[in-house]
Amino acid sequence: MRKLAAAGIAVLALISWTLTSCQREKRELRAAPVRRAIYGDAARQSELQPGGPQTEPQVTNPDHANAWSISEGQRLFEWYNCVGCHSHGGGGIGPPLIKKHWIYGGQPANLFDTIVKGRPNGMPAWGGRIPEYQVWQIVAYVRSLAGEQPFAATPVRTDELEQKPTTIHNKVQGETR
Amino acid sequence: MHGVRTRQLRLSTLFLMAPAIAQIQNQPDDGQWPMPAKNYASTRYSTLDQINTGNVKNLKLAWTFSTGMTRGHEAAPLVVNNTMYIVTPFPNVLYALDLTKPGAPVKWEYQPHPSPASQGVACCDVVNRGAAYYNGRVYYNTLDVHTVAVDANTGKEVWNTKLGDINLGESMTMAPLVVKGKVIVGNSGGEFGVRGWLAGLDADTGTIAWRAYATGPDKDVLIGPNFKPFYESERGKDLGVKSWQGDTWKIGGGPGWSWISYDPGLDLIYYGTGNPGPWNPDMRPGDNKWACTLFARRPETGEAIWAYQLNPHDVHDYDGINENILLDLNIKGQTRKVLAHPDRNGRMYIMDRTNGQVITAEPFAFLNTSEYVDLNTGRLKVNTAKVTGFKTVRDICPAAPGGKDWQPSSFSPKTNLIYIPHNNLCMEFQGVQANYIAGTPYVGANVRMYAGPGGNRGEVSAYDPVNAKTVWAVKEDFPAWSGTVVTAGDVLFYGTMDGWFKALDDRSGNLLWQFKAGSGIIGQPVTYKGPDGKQYVAVLSGVGGWAGAVVAGGINTQDGTAALGFANAMTDLGKHTTKGGTLYVFALP
Repeated sequence: MRKLAAAGIAVLALISWTLTSCQREKRELRAAPVRRAIYGDAARQSELQPGGPQTEPQVTNPDHANAWSISEGQRLFEWYNCVGCHSHGGGGIGPPLIKKHWIYGGQPANLFDTIVKGRPNGMPAWGGRIPEYQVWQIVAYVRSLAGEQPFAATPVRTDELEQKPTTIHNKVQGETR
Repeated sequence: MHGVRTRQLRLSTLFLMAPAIAQIQNQPDDGQWPMPAKNYASTRYSTLDQINTGNVKNLKLAWTFSTGMTRGHEAAPLVVNNTMYIVTPFPNVLYALDLTKPGAPVKWEYQPHPSPASQGVACCDVVNRGAAYYNGRVYYNTLDVHTVAVDANTGKEVWNTKLGDINLGESMTMAPLVVKGKVIVGNSGGEFGVRGWLAGLDADTGTIAWRAYATGPDKDVLIGPNFKPFYESERGKDLGVKSWQGDTWKIGGGPGWSWISYDPGLDLIYYGTGNPGPWNPDMRPGDNKWACTLFARRPETGEAIWAYQLNPHDVHDYDGINENILLDLNIKGQTRKVLAHPDRNGRMYIMDRTNGQVITAEPFAFLNTSEYVDLNTGRLKVNTAKVTGFKTVRDICPAAPGGKDWQPSSFSPKTNLIYIPHNNLCMEFQGVQANYIAGTPYVGANVRMYAGPGGNRGEVSAYDPVNAKTVWAVKEDFPAWSGTVVTAGDVLFYGTMDGWFKALDDRSGNLLWQFKAGSGIIGQPVTYKGPDGKQYVAVLSGVGGWAGAVVAGGINTQDGTAALGFANAMTDLGKHTTKGGTLYVFALP
């Protein structure tokens, strides 16, 4: 009886561990076509708030810390040609994403807005072209480039061209800006 | 007896006149600089000789002008009627500076207000390569695919014509050439799957007189009964469709962001088309005509007279847009009307400009992607080991920006040498799937570049077009991304990406003088006679462009594939220069 109870506790522990620890493997098989498109006061573009700061409504990325979503985001980042402007995070036509400084804010809601609404100096407005659940996956991946995803959920290596050390002219790596 | 004397007279007259008038490279020079390439033959040669090899060491800064902008400054200042005209990078402001007053104050400025969104379709920084002066007006292009005409005296807009659509990935960065009342312009966007074109606009009204596409049926390419290419491979109906699979020619590139030259005697303009899209060649089987092709056309109608495809089925992003310098040369005892085209593929094409025949095509830069040009068929013999596709290929030289990119060469009729600012870069290239989404990049390649043999990333060399060989070469640490200008004082000027403006002896390559500018130089130097009768030399500094995006665009070089792979080769540029546009003007004290 005691053995049975112990086994029961172990099974319960395993289940609860699975439920809590394996968040990174969570996968929504049929994503809702539309979630929330309007964020009201969220995704503010300025720290200056007349009359003093107000409480920022928190918008969380449903795909935060989810390994499958991040890897999907990486695939979509290539497929929607984000890579053509931002490269593999280093930038080019568009600004780099491997950084902690964001022109239009780095919170998930800011990045969601950036992708859906576009930005005036060249960022296209993807709203109506990329389904919202995919936007969130791309947001999750972009934040992983800046190291803003748990290590356990981030792909160990990317699929891009491997660097060949002997061909690097200058071994000094650029600083993270 | 009488007849013999006449013949002697004729011969002696010929001998006297031949160097002065008969040769196209001996262009009249009034000390002004009315178009980026100085003249229709695109020699960038000035007959001014006050500044010479003996006194250039005394050259001093005369005055400066800040553009207040931080992107790449690739334009050539123009000087006409004692006024200097400068086009800035986006937002493409045109400044007129009054050279008759001390310090050259602003006479007027013109703001075209291009769409800020156009910055998102400019592949390699939001540069502009300058304006052209013609009959009292200044003509230039804006990044959002407009050509504008501005009154040279008042700065008032005369006309403004929209030629394309940023939502198709089109932009404009090239400098127009104005010939016989036609403003000739072309689009950019080889990395966005555009359909390339060159257009002729009526200089008076801005209406589009003709548009010649680089892909598609003959009627769109303006190929008609007078089209007589030299080589068999360029002949046949609708090759701009048949050399592609399915409808891929509609998004096949071949943009017209080219330098254009003009021969008034033959009444032909010369220019080359850009790369086919996407970069990954496995996605576009066929020769991909007429990308990477030199064209000779009539300026008034756009009608094609001959064509020559430099890089059939381009596999390395070797655009054909580089300058064509028009020269009349004595080659093997014959006077040949040639054009000299230093191509991205690293070869200097000396071609008969009357018919498109290749005379020589020898390397001016280190290369391993091709073996030779077959002079019977005209076809480039490609090194199959360096052909890219859905795979990774390493040690490809030259890299995507070529043995030489847009940065224009000059030619001195005194030395008979072409002065080529160029690159020494190699790359690794991984072809991947490219998805066409209008208005977004269409590349399909991950690239990393690095310095070629020797470790120097650039070089300035003097090339003898008659004997098809390099006479001297000077190594540069960074790619030589500025134009060159050469003078009758035997001085060659150019700038470096780490900010040195240099004067070299054009016969030896010896450094005679240098000046450290505030930012790296990727512009086109010019020289002119001021209202005081003195010779001045002017250049815009302001690093950027594809090579300088690392600094101007704040690229993070931890990602070697950034800026289409250029970031990997330029990780240290930020330690040598910072961004910011300034015009520098020099004179002897």
